[in-house]
Amino acid sequence: MAEKLSYRDVFFNPFSKNNPVIVQILGICSVLAVTTKLEPAIVMGLSVIAVLAFSNVIISLIRNTIPTSIRIIVQLVVVAGLVVIVSELLKAYAYDVSVQLSVFIGLIITNCILMGRLEAFAMANRPWPSFLDGVGNGIGYALILMTVAFFRELLGSGTLLGFRVVPQSFYDAGYVNNGMMILPPMALIVVACIIWVQRSIHKELQEK
Amino acid sequence: MENLNIFIRSIFVDNMIFAYFLGMCSFLAVSKNVKTALGLGLAVTFMLVISLPVNYLLNTYVLQPGALAWLGHEYADVDLSFLSLILFIAVIASMTQLVEMAVEKYSPSLYASLGIFLPLIAVNCAILGGSLFMQQRDFGSVWTAVSAGAGWGIGWLLAITAIAAIRERVASYSNVPGPLRGVGITFILTALMGIAFMSFLGIKI
Repeated sequence: MAEKLSYRDVFFNPFSKNNPVIVQILGICSVLAVTTKLEPAIVMGLSVIAVLAFSNVIISLIRNTIPTSIRIIVQLVVVAGLVVIVSELLKAYAYDVSVQLSVFIGLIITNCILMGRLEAFAMANRPWPSFLDGVGNGIGYALILMTVAFFRELLGSGTLLGFRVVPQSFYDAGYVNNGMMILPPMALIVVACIIWVQRSIHKELQEK
Repeated sequence: MENLNIFIRSIFVDNMIFAYFLGMCSFLAVSKNVKTALGLGLAVTFMLVISLPVNYLLNTYVLQPGALAWLGHEYADVDLSFLSLILFIAVIASMTQLVEMAVEKYSPSLYASLGIFLPLIAVNCAILGGSLFMQQRDFGSVWTAVSAGAGWGIGWLLAITAIAAIRERVASYSNVPGPLRGVGITFILTALMGIAFMSFLGIKI
């Protein structure tokens, strides 16, 4: 099936029509957990794009030599290797963010997006389309991550990337930050709203 | 006493689903009926109870900075902690293979209904997450690791069984707006349950 898709579709479909988070329902854990602030969300998005693109390419290159019975372990080892590189890089160059993300960088290994794309796409396709698929899905994931983080930081703390955007006059007039948005459950509600909007636009995705 | 406290806290306060959102993928995908949900919940609990102590020992005697001191003092300042992700996931993946073979032999019906999700327990974030939290929090002994693993597993089991029961009802009795059907409403239900679970915050024995 994938052979018939043009490179353009492979790259752009994951942005909305076949988004990994809200349509394929993969990788929810990190979407919910790292999105209280915009900055860690962006770093997390970039890390996932990098790991996904490279693991897709590597698996695609060696796909004909992997015995099917141990493929999950092989995939895990490739992904784990890449994640270790990313996490050491973050510790070296962006220590504050890596402390905020805590275990969630390590959890990229078990991010279902990776296994999902490796199984569904990289095992059956040549390296170049696999690379595009990895980058596309990574960007689709990062988009959702940033949307959720944008609303949670804006409504929850009145800041964006640490800068105050809600003017002081609002607070003087009685506006209060919505502390609920910082709490974990609100992330689920924000994602549910995104799903609602997205499925209203793409009616074919609705469940009967 | 401390272990009991950690056990209770892991079930209610540090609940894997409602406080950390770990294991959401299978949580959302396998929660359509109670029986399958219960089976997966038990499998996850079992995996956590086994893998956490094994990874604890691995962490204490091999990976931590200075952990290799028992080999002789020339190894005392070796720090292998960068290997921990790879070793933890290898332990978990091989344990999963074991559980998979056991379930296939003793309960073929459960095996058939869990389908693809049994091998995917290996990539269930709740299990790797448990090991990583264990590493981060410096648990005192292997029994602490066991009780935390059991607590997290039971907490996950409770959450997935409860949401499956609710979803069964929602599917047959309520009129959900089209775009929210299926996944959307499950997100909102999980959020509401999460808010309810937050009332356990600060519980202590």
